[in-house]
Amino acid sequence: MGKYILKRLLLIIPMLIGISFILFVVMHIAPGDPTSVKYGLNPDISESARSNFNKIYGLDRPVLVQYATWLRRFFFLDFGDSFMDGRPVISKIMSRLPATLLLQASSFLVIFCVALPIGIISAVRRGGLFDRTMTVAVFIGYALPAFWLALLLIFFLGFKLQLFPVSGMVPWYAVYIGGFARAGDLLWHLVLPVFATAFGGVAALSRYSRSSMIEAMGQNYVLTARAKGLSERRVILVHALRNALLPIITIMGLTLPGLISGSFIFETIFAWPGMGRLGYEAIMNYDYPVVMGVAVISTFLTLLGIFLSDIAYAAADPRIRYETRRT
Amino acid sequence: MKTRLFFGITIIIVMALMAVFAPFIASNDPEAMDLSAESRLQPPSAEHLLGTDNLGRDVFSRMVYGARVSLSVGFIAVGISLGIGVFLGAVSGYYGGRVDAVIMRFVEVMYCFPTLFLIMIVIAFLGPDIVNVMVVIGITSWTGLCRLVRAEFLTLRERDFVHAARVQGVSDMRVIFRHILPNAMGPVYVSVTLSVGAAILVESALSFLGLGVQIPTPSWGNILSAGKNYIDYAWWLTLFPGLAILIAVLSFNLVGESLRDMLDPRLSGRG
Amino acid sequence: MGSRNRVYALKRSLLVHKTVIFFLCFLPVHGYGYSRGEHVSRDAYVSAGIGEARILLPLFADDVSSGTICGLVYNGLTRTDKDLKITGDLAERWEVLDHGLTIVFYLRRDVRWHDGAPFTAEDVRFTFETILDPGTGCPYISGFTDIEKIRVIDPYTIRFEYKRPYAPALLKLGMGVIPEHLFRDEKDIRKSVYARAPVGTGPYRFSRWETGQYIVLEANQDYFEHPPGIKRYVFRVIPDQAVEFLELISGGIDSMQLNPYQYRYRSDTPEFKERINRYLYLAPSYTYIGYNFKDPILKDKKVRQALSHAINKREIIDAVLLGLGEVCTGPFRRESAYYDDSVSLSGYNPEKAAALLREAGWKDADGNGILEKDGREFRLRLATNQGNQTREDVAAVVQRQWAALGIKTEIQVIAWAAFLDQFIGRRDFQAVILGWSLPIDPDCYSVWHSDSMRKGGLNFISYSNERVDRLIEEGRREFVPAKRREIYHEIHRCIAEQAPYTFLFFNYSTPAVNRRFKGIRPEPAGIAYNFIDWYVPEREVKYKF
Repeated sequence: MGKYILKRLLLIIPMLIGISFILFVVMHIAPGDPTSVKYGLNPDISESARSNFNKIYGLDRPVLVQYATWLRRFFFLDFGDSFMDGRPVISKIMSRLPATLLLQASSFLVIFCVALPIGIISAVRRGGLFDRTMTVAVFIGYALPAFWLALLLIFFLGFKLQLFPVSGMVPWYAVYIGGFARAGDLLWHLVLPVFATAFGGVAALSRYSRSSMIEAMGQNYVLTARAKGLSERRVILVHALRNALLPIITIMGLTLPGLISGSFIFETIFAWPGMGRLGYEAIMNYDYPVVMGVAVISTFLTLLGIFLSDIAYAAADPRIRYETRRT
Repeated sequence: MKTRLFFGITIIIVMALMAVFAPFIASNDPEAMDLSAESRLQPPSAEHLLGTDNLGRDVFSRMVYGARVSLSVGFIAVGISLGIGVFLGAVSGYYGGRVDAVIMRFVEVMYCFPTLFLIMIVIAFLGPDIVNVMVVIGITSWTGLCRLVRAEFLTLRERDFVHAARVQGVSDMRVIFRHILPNAMGPVYVSVTLSVGAAILVESALSFLGLGVQIPTPSWGNILSAGKNYIDYAWWLTLFPGLAILIAVLSFNLVGESLRDMLDPRLSGRG
Repeated sequence: MGSRNRVYALKRSLLVHKTVIFFLCFLPVHGYGYSRGEHVSRDAYVSAGIGEARILLPLFADDVSSGTICGLVYNGLTRTDKDLKITGDLAERWEVLDHGLTIVFYLRRDVRWHDGAPFTAEDVRFTFETILDPGTGCPYISGFTDIEKIRVIDPYTIRFEYKRPYAPALLKLGMGVIPEHLFRDEKDIRKSVYARAPVGTGPYRFSRWETGQYIVLEANQDYFEHPPGIKRYVFRVIPDQAVEFLELISGGIDSMQLNPYQYRYRSDTPEFKERINRYLYLAPSYTYIGYNFKDPILKDKKVRQALSHAINKREIIDAVLLGLGEVCTGPFRRESAYYDDSVSLSGYNPEKAAALLREAGWKDADGNGILEKDGREFRLRLATNQGNQTREDVAAVVQRQWAALGIKTEIQVIAWAAFLDQFIGRRDFQAVILGWSLPIDPDCYSVWHSDSMRKGGLNFISYSNERVDRLIEEGRREFVPAKRREIYHEIHRCIAEQAPYTFLFFNYSTPAVNRRFKGIRPEPAGIAYNFIDWYVPEREVKYKF
């Protein structure tokens, strides 16, 4: 098991290097440069300031040299300083990461808690009204442009009905009100973004868990359990579900890249102070160091998620454990 | 099952016809503005079926022409990813060994990256125009296909007809593309159909962020993106393009799912 | 400049950058009969912007959000009043000696930094020496390079000696002064904690900054003029403009800049007017079409004049800005003394345009509606940057107006970075639609002097005129207002006649502010100049804590 984890971990490094190299080259060979984007056609900003900027950030050196420098610093977790405000990229990302993790973790939880029961009930009552309704809902969930959903949620639930806040995470006056009210307020602000973020995931996972359950319920051990006279409830929730969960765990890990991709859009719409928005703004400002930093960190998070689900899978499935021990 | 397939195909055909015959269907020039105050932001009426936008352009005409852009982005992007995915998947599955290992590592790299961010970066830096959007979506979305084709090849390459061809001295490329590939295409069709829908969604998301097809060329995504600023005043600018995207993607998914069920009844109902 | 759809484009807007200068002069005005002690600070004012402040140091603030916050936290030596006249801020008064070679400032003695330390001339010296140190990398250094020496005479008197007279000096010295005692030992002041938690002398002191969300400022009860009427100033980041407007209506924010559509269509309802006031004043920025003098067709003065005469500016304003603009004829602020009102207002004259083109040798010989000369059709590429809806719309209208004259225009809308790099940077374009924001001082060296033609300079159309060069140099050295006015009037006439640009329009600024805020008086300087005099009547207070 230890060896298996180590092997997976070591694989992450060349992957990160490969991705960072591709990105770095794309950004640097593209037309346009950060100085002109930052200072635009501002008559107040002197030319010496522009060339000075290029020198400070080493933008006047060849791309490969710049990449080598970047890579060397990267191993010490130093992503350089942002072009926009001169702050270290890593501290900018760290200040934004909690908001992203909060949103992602909540969505993850919601996906799991909503999709699994839907999948189980649909599988058990296959072809029933619930199953058929959910099938339609799932198809729509797949096809729904998520940002459109977000917009409609903001407009109807936030603006028209005033049930939820239109945007933001913690209101500015939060520090002036009590602790309990504050936590409530945060939850209240979480509702719409989580709804929008989790919608597609719920559709995917409920579909997946339905078929996984159907497959599990057709297996011999379920038939055996039934034959032994165990209650139907016990058969489904213990015997079938336990086996159906294995593939579901893997799929959960694989929903992560989608969730992180979504954060670039949702955080912008909902004015959520997360890393996705930081990345989007950095792209728009040609802020290379921040773009690289966000790319690396979000890739790393995704890899970590997949890695954890691998481990969960390995831990849950004795066959895999055996194989890895052998190799 | 049949109804799903029928429904999906009908809608796709209608949309495709709309795209092809856009000049005949659209009631106005999609880029013609009418900047007089009484023609801007007008709600749907007999004259303007889906109303007008902030520059007095006819939304219905823009939607019809938008179908052209959105569908071709979908098809061409998927065409590109099909080419890359099938080729790499076939090579990887056929040769196995080191080639396979290298390609699969690469697939894993691509797979673990938040694709939308990669697309955003590339588009932002190379400039948002329709060709870039198609190409970039294409070259970032082939990993699923690649895995699929590889898996098919892994099983098919051990079959007798492959051995027979090899023994006869048929070249590798010919074996791959003439003998094995036709047998491996079933799941590919399913995946491709689903990918078209996904590509349309990605284009609309890019447009939403200002990185998609650029105005004045209409795409469903950028009509929606421009219209959202008037959401509380001109609901038709947000509602119709969103619905169009939803319905188009839904149709492709319905067709894809039905195809899958037809090819492999055992998997019926799998997501 | 509000009618844009996209976040990124806004941030890159030419006009927006310069608004910083406007906000740096954001500080309050004396008067309205207040005296110390009468003031109670109440409620909070929640404003919003699409982008987060980058750095709260006036020396580096190059975006609107940072400029706004810095304007409330810091003071400069001078500032401008409601009529954009220069008055004292940290300086009580000053003397301009030796025809502008020396300026002596006498500082206020009652000013303290927010941390309690007294403000002295050493702070002023430190600030401007820091700017002048090339190692600092201050982007605004060019406004100060004529300074020869800065001498502190006593703690409340400081003398600036210039290499040569520099008329914009008094305005440039309105740059926010930073505290020496906090920055003195910093190697890179941008990395100081005080760059993100500023300590100034202004009417508001910094309270909190939640990254990506908001910045809160608290009223400075010891402010040397009087405590501000609003207790807290909050700046929220809302990246999506559609959402920003929804927040305004639902009360999540108290103010935002409306775009022409929002002003005309969506805020004209009784529900809106009941809760929100709208204001209208001319913004200090104009939009223009610039012609490249390196282009064989456009270097002909008659062609440029014809193109200008062919444009109906009023129609553009009505179509694109829904009437929310004024015709522009030259490169100075519309309401300043330097703008020459005698320059013909509209200039729209299609007959004259046609005649000029005939004189220049352009005729429609084959009768296809397009002019030719030497067998080549008159085709023009008109480029602008992506993401600025206003400019894209202008391009469409101009295309139509030029078509009436027999000119075929191809519109190119290019992403901002590529536009700067490949069009402006390489001087490779025919005509461009862009905008300039106008500082209060009329000095236009960086845009119109032939010295600014070099690579990286802003005279990218390569306009070169000896007379204008000389006048610009004179204008920079002249301190006497009447003489200065004459110089810039002449520049205005000269440039208008040669038509290197077609000056299109000044747009109106259209802010909306929640009705509970009283004391707002729109003036040429806008509405923000007297922010510390705004107040909320006790019964209308929304945020009571």
